[in-house]
Amino acid sequence: MKLGLPARNPKPTPPPPPLSASLWLLATAAVTLGPHAVTHLPAWLSAACVLALIWRAWALRTGAPRSHALLVMLLACVAALAIRLHYGHFFGKDPGVALLALLLCLKQHEIASSRDIRAAVLLAFFLQLGLFFYDQSLPVAALALTGTLLATVSLLALQTDRFRPTASLRLGGLMLVQAIPFLLVLFVLFPRIPGPLWGLPADAHTGMTGLSDNMSPGSISQLGLSEAIAFRAEFSGTPPSPPQRYWRGPVLTDFDGRTWRAATVGSDAQPSVVVAGPAHSYRLTIEPHNQRWLLALEHPVSADATVRFARDQQLLATTPLRSRTRIEIVSHPEAVAGLSESRAVLERALRLPSGSSPRAVATGAEIGRNSATPVATLQAVLDHIAGLGLTYTLRPPLLGENTVDEFLYTTQLGFCEHFASSFTVLARAAGLPARVVTGYQGGEINPVDGVMVVRQSDAHAWAEVWLPERGWQRVDPTALAAPSRIESGLAASLPSGDPLPLFARPAMRWLRDMRHRWEALSNAWNQTVIGFSAGDQRRLLERLGFSEPDWKALTGLLGTLSVALMLGLFAWAMRQRARRDPLDGTWQAFCNKFARKGCPRLPWEGPMDYAERLAGRYPRQAPMLRAIARTYARLRYGRASSRHDAEIRELRTRVRQLRID
Amino acid sequence: MKLAFSGMSPLRPIRLALDRWLFRLSSPERLPLTFGQRRIYVLPTGAGYAFAVALVVMLIASINYNLSLGYGLVFLLFGLGVVSMFHAFRNLLRLSVTHVRGEPVFAGEPARFSFTVRNESTLPRHALLLASREARSSTWSVDAGSVQEVSLDHPTHQRGWVSPGRLTLETRYPLGLVRAWSVFIPEARCLVYPVPEPLPPPLPESGSHDAGVRSAGDGDDDFAGLRAHRDSDSPRHVAWKVIARDGPMMTKRFAANEEGDCELDWQALPPGLDTEQRVARMTAWVLAATAAGRRFTMRLPGGTIGPASGDGHSRACLARLATFGLGGTAHKRAED
Repeated sequence: MKLGLPARNPKPTPPPPPLSASLWLLATAAVTLGPHAVTHLPAWLSAACVLALIWRAWALRTGAPRSHALLVMLLACVAALAIRLHYGHFFGKDPGVALLALLLCLKQHEIASSRDIRAAVLLAFFLQLGLFFYDQSLPVAALALTGTLLATVSLLALQTDRFRPTASLRLGGLMLVQAIPFLLVLFVLFPRIPGPLWGLPADAHTGMTGLSDNMSPGSISQLGLSEAIAFRAEFSGTPPSPPQRYWRGPVLTDFDGRTWRAATVGSDAQPSVVVAGPAHSYRLTIEPHNQRWLLALEHPVSADATVRFARDQQLLATTPLRSRTRIEIVSHPEAVAGLSESRAVLERALRLPSGSSPRAVATGAEIGRNSATPVATLQAVLDHIAGLGLTYTLRPPLLGENTVDEFLYTTQLGFCEHFASSFTVLARAAGLPARVVTGYQGGEINPVDGVMVVRQSDAHAWAEVWLPERGWQRVDPTALAAPSRIESGLAASLPSGDPLPLFARPAMRWLRDMRHRWEALSNAWNQTVIGFSAGDQRRLLERLGFSEPDWKALTGLLGTLSVALMLGLFAWAMRQRARRDPLDGTWQAFCNKFARKGCPRLPWEGPMDYAERLAGRYPRQAPMLRAIARTYARLRYGRASSRHDAEIRELRTRVRQLRID
Repeated sequence: MKLAFSGMSPLRPIRLALDRWLFRLSSPERLPLTFGQRRIYVLPTGAGYAFAVALVVMLIASINYNLSLGYGLVFLLFGLGVVSMFHAFRNLLRLSVTHVRGEPVFAGEPARFSFTVRNESTLPRHALLLASREARSSTWSVDAGSVQEVSLDHPTHQRGWVSPGRLTLETRYPLGLVRAWSVFIPEARCLVYPVPEPLPPPLPESGSHDAGVRSAGDGDDDFAGLRAHRDSDSPRHVAWKVIARDGPMMTKRFAANEEGDCELDWQALPPGLDTEQRVARMTAWVLAATAAGRRFTMRLPGGTIGPASGDGHSRACLARLATFGLGGTAHKRAED
């Protein structure tokens, strides 16, 4: 006797999924992984993904048997190891997304049942979400939507393989269109919880470009070719003229001979400037740069409550900017800063590294000795720089040990950071407290929506000098060599032959027009969709008439609208027209006539058989009955004739006139 | 075997009560029946729950990283799930089962019920599935304004009437995330002939012998031509050679060489046999007599059939034997 459990019926292996589902899934994977490969995946992984997908397409085309499970497993292990080596760890969004991409590619090769396809579709959904870690722009949204459509169609193909590809896409599209009202209602009304829910992995916010909290020769000219948008400003009144567009960023006081660094200063809830002159009020939409500083026109005096005023007149956010942030600012260009600056700060603004750039330091000291007043000193320093005949270029030569000396007296080719750094060193040597300020200079008003756009290529460095009774004064030494940099922007000021950002070239007018339109659209998208916040939610509800919008109002409205949408869908599902075919209707009328007499057509009975049975029962109408059935059968199943419609009408008249007794 | 005695399951009363309360099912319904919105139910499938879990994970990720478009994607997919519920519902709505046919079988053979499903709307219906407690069809479709026949095999164990019982018409169309279904008990039955005794004694012979008379009916002995195939014809008589030449399905006719009448009398059986054994022997004899092309009379306590011969007579006798002693209209539910 056998011991143990009774032998169970072996579970039947599930049938393989239809080929069409596998093909749709392949398309889904390609559309989903494409943007990942382009934006952030390491090149070797992108190549591996492409190869895996091509291999799969080849296997589907030739009907090759499924890849061996061990081979796929081995490949997965090797690739996972490579990901670990590449990123150095497994935890965090970058390696996580890379692993998901790898899984989606390899999963293609071990699809044995519908279940595998469903699992792969869920992976694709995760990866579409993962795309938004890196980019939430309109084109990426469109790609993700395409991916969702293809994933939907893959699921559809699992249920029925009777659809042609266009019919599948149409049905998938219909379902997505029907789902969009839910998307809108939930997007607007779903309570927004300000994240993060828990600590994010360290790499959550890498890959953001912009200024940094230090400056060495070449660090800003790197940004010069970047067309990425740093921030936008929407002025409620007239925007300042181009030479006034100095957007103040990190203030750098400490110098080691090569690199300028920010000194740590305290911050207050109120600005430390003396307000004077007219005001500009504007709304800043700043791209995330993972730092606390904000960019503002000189000198910001009021802003949203979430802002701090540093004692070096920087505007700071309370937390690093990790998402696009909007902020309302009022600035007074003529406000005076640092009238009562402390001795410690001024002493720090005079410090020079010993032994570095001796020639410049000596020259500065000499200028200081020969000038009577600080204002005269400043003018003498500027005159000295102007007299050197320096050239402004985006491609400065590399500098060695004594950066300032080499720039001023040897290479004489430099970008704004060279000018700012050298001026500040000369001024300090001459006895003037001075510091470097980085930020952006310029900005272009988009004619489409009137918003000023400031790009990374507008990054700039200048200097500030402290004068008694006048406080900190902005001095832009770059203007000495290239005044047009300040007046008309980067393109006009560079010597011809220097590389320029494509769009900054004068010949590209139509391209610029298109870009204006596109950026206005992107800005609208960013403001209304990407930047949609709990505050927007509250304002919207207030506009809808909720005096005290809280989560109860939100969920109540959400519930009501959801039910309304479902009722709409229900009505749509119920609305089904009965098939109205004139010929069928006529035949149905004929059958109904006899059904009322207790002689209905049986479901399996053809027209001729039925007529024969009726003829037996109603011998007097027999010829007529047979004629009607014959005509119907001919019109239904016979060859189409030109008189088809006319014959149907005749048949209908005959049926109507038929009397049974 | 598992279902033969499921009537004894202690859960059965609960199940029936649940059916009555939830699905408003009690007695078999007369055909045709149409699936209106009141009797269509929709719930997520396993895949649907997995989808929901994935959405929750994606929502948490969106909150954590403050991804506006992440919210958008999650809400769009949620909407897709809701929409697929209504598509599934619509895929069943107003389908009707117009007819059920069941050809008689011998106990132990599967009874095959053929259901005619009609779609009178302009909307083609896809990925439908019909299931009873015992069997599931594969998925099928009905085009707009068309009918589809679906067969389900029902195991049989005893003679008498068998019904398909509680049936489910379901669909996972369009995305497999939800399942829409409707339950119904159609008024339909199929006759189950008794199992013939495996090695019956020879046919009892009665007096008269009119040997050598060729009958006009269909017998078994000498080939007498072909006629169109009918469903009820024995596969043994199908003219396979004709089919092999891509011809139509034909049945070979045989002229029977009758040996004379015989008498199958219930009362004349040995007294030691019980009712079922008697029924089994009578059945075997009816089959043997028909196979031999004999004319015979069947005498049962309730009445007499015959004398006659041929398939029609044989069917009438088997039908009487199938229901003998069960009460004339004994209606057996499938799950009994």
